[in-house]
Amino acid sequence: MKILVCVKRIPDPDESLKFAGGGLDYSASKWVPNAFDEYAIETALRLAEVVGGTQRLAEVIVLGIGPESQRQQLTQFLAMGADRGIIVDADPDKLDTATVSKLIAAVFKKEAADLLIAGKLSQDNEGGQVPQRVAGLLDVPQASFAATVEWDQGAKALTVGREVDDGVEVKRVPLPAVVSVDLRIVLPKSVKNGSTPATHAYQEGPRLASLKGITMAKRKPVAVLKPSDLGVAVGTNEQVVGVAAPPARKAGQKVKTVEELFEKLTKEAKVI
Amino acid sequence: MSKVLVILETAGGQIRPHCLPGITCAAEIARATGKPLHLLVLGAQPDAAAQAIAAAGYGAAAVHTLAGPTLEPFTAEAWADAIIHAARTLGASVIGGTASSTLRDALPRAAAVLDAPLVSEVVKVKSGDTFVRPISAGRALQDQKVNAGTFFFTARGTEFEHAQPTGAVPVQAVAAAAANTRGAVVQGVQKTESSRPQLTEAKVIVSGGRGMREGANFKLLEQLTDLLGGALGASRAATDAGMVPADLQVGQTGKIVAPELYFAVAISGAIQHLAGMKGSKTIVAINKDAEAPIFQVADYGLVAKWEEAVPRLVELIKARKGA
Ligand SMILES: Cc1cc2nc3c(=O)[nH]c(=O)nc-3n(C[C@H](O)[C@H](O)[C@H](O)COP(=O)(O)OP(=O)(O)OC[C@H]3O[C@@H](n4cnc5c(N)ncnc54)[C@H](O)[C@@H]3O)c2cc1C
Repeated sequence: MKILVCVKRIPDPDESLKFAGGGLDYSASKWVPNAFDEYAIETALRLAEVVGGTQRLAEVIVLGIGPESQRQQLTQFLAMGADRGIIVDADPDKLDTATVSKLIAAVFKKEAADLLIAGKLSQDNEGGQVPQRVAGLLDVPQASFAATVEWDQGAKALTVGREVDDGVEVKRVPLPAVVSVDLRIVLPKSVKNGSTPATHAYQEGPRLASLKGITMAKRKPVAVLKPSDLGVAVGTNEQVVGVAAPPARKAGQKVKTVEELFEKLTKEAKVI
Repeated sequence: MSKVLVILETAGGQIRPHCLPGITCAAEIARATGKPLHLLVLGAQPDAAAQAIAAAGYGAAAVHTLAGPTLEPFTAEAWADAIIHAARTLGASVIGGTASSTLRDALPRAAAVLDAPLVSEVVKVKSGDTFVRPISAGRALQDQKVNAGTFFFTARGTEFEHAQPTGAVPVQAVAAAAANTRGAVVQGVQKTESSRPQLTEAKVIVSGGRGMREGANFKLLEQLTDLLGGALGASRAATDAGMVPADLQVGQTGKIVAPELYFAVAISGAIQHLAGMKGSKTIVAINKDAEAPIFQVADYGLVAKWEEAVPRLVELIKARKGA
């Protein structure tokens, strides 16, 4: 089993945005991995490892698209426990969502991977499209917005609990497939691989890299490819023509008592 | 002439109400591009719903149906096949609808196969090829232009009015296509049963956060909710902790809501939560911490413990209703 995981770097979402010249100025930003990508690597590692044993059930490959000099987040995922990395060396600002998806699909094919696990959303651009697009390009089944994943090793299939508008949908997909992960995939018992005891409770959230992991990450192989190596033409048919701050809400007021709140809601706002 | 095509979801022979803002967004694109508006209903037996939708018309030229046994229950795989087939057959060059979990799943897949861009979560149509969409948890609005003959869109439901009936239009069937699930099987949906209105449709929402401590304490918020005929919501911390079902989460990665009245009770106001409710008309925050960021967006802020504030508020509302 070969699992491909994508990592994208984003400007730290906890830093405030700097608007400049009709765009956003990220020149002084701290860069961090997209949180949903951290959930994706955690999911892949939970599928691949056997808690209480030494066996590995899958190889986990991390894929980053961007200049080689920006590989820090990919290295971080290697330190968490991924086996090796692939960088597609391209300027991410010159790639649209469609092209990024084509590059990922091409790597998936080149590697003959069985499973792509990707975050459901990038916290900066919020497109929410890449995993579904890759599944379409590969013509394989997809399970989007996964909150739970169970791997049926014998049947080569995954049973995925998907968070949808009305509740949780349970979808079974044969491999190869694409899974996009939602927040709750990193709760203690969200991922089951059939080998780690089903009762095992992980610590909530993506794991931190250990000191040993960080040392080992430096020695793990990372291949660097060009889009042309993958037969993908680089370009974009999306253009950002402006960015603005949303209108601010007008300042509110503090009320001192519940009675005052009730008074305001009934007489001033007239909402109840 | 090429068309603007809206993909609709139906239940019980009717359009699902959350699809109506998507029609309005599409109608604006149709106006801006001079292309006619068409509607598409997919399903195992889409005819009854299509007839009901065609009777309302919603400003469209026609309602199309595409029937197939694999289109129910919904899978992104079969729906993408059907949407691609319909888009080709009908000559649609703009394809979209409301950004529901269904269309967010199926449309990017279809767009990829047609090698077309998709503009997600449109909040405003600037012109026939330029759209405003929120990024970075709603902290910025981006104007995105697409340069392509065919493109897809999803519309943010809170930002467009519900499309209104305009008068009957014809129903036309698109010849069936091979739509298949690629081996995927939907085993069921665990629905959160509730007699309350849908979060995305509710006029009043009462949301609770981590400070509620446990699910049982939400009973009190439910009392307030039901007195006001509203829907119950929650922060990620409350849903992660299992206090309430996950589909009640409001925020960047949950439901985007914009009710007349939003109560944030024991919610700190993280940007990801604000991203989902900042568009509410009146926001009330009840939090014991005077420094909680939620107070920066609240029209009315009460520094208090919910244990004291909520029961008193319930009493006052009950007394008023009784009067
Ligand atoms: C990628 C990503 C996506 C996310 N998406 C979402 C999302 O969609 N929606 C969302 O909500 N969050 C989301 N989050 C999480 C978000 O960052 C916050 O962690 C979360 O919103 C906090 O929930 P909370 O306000 O309930 O809890 P806390 O931040 O812990 O706040 C609890 C509040 O309760 C108050 N309180 C405690 N006791 C009482 C009492 N007795 N009476 C009154 N007040 C009390 C406290 O003063 C505090 O302000 C996301 C995070 C990430 C990283």
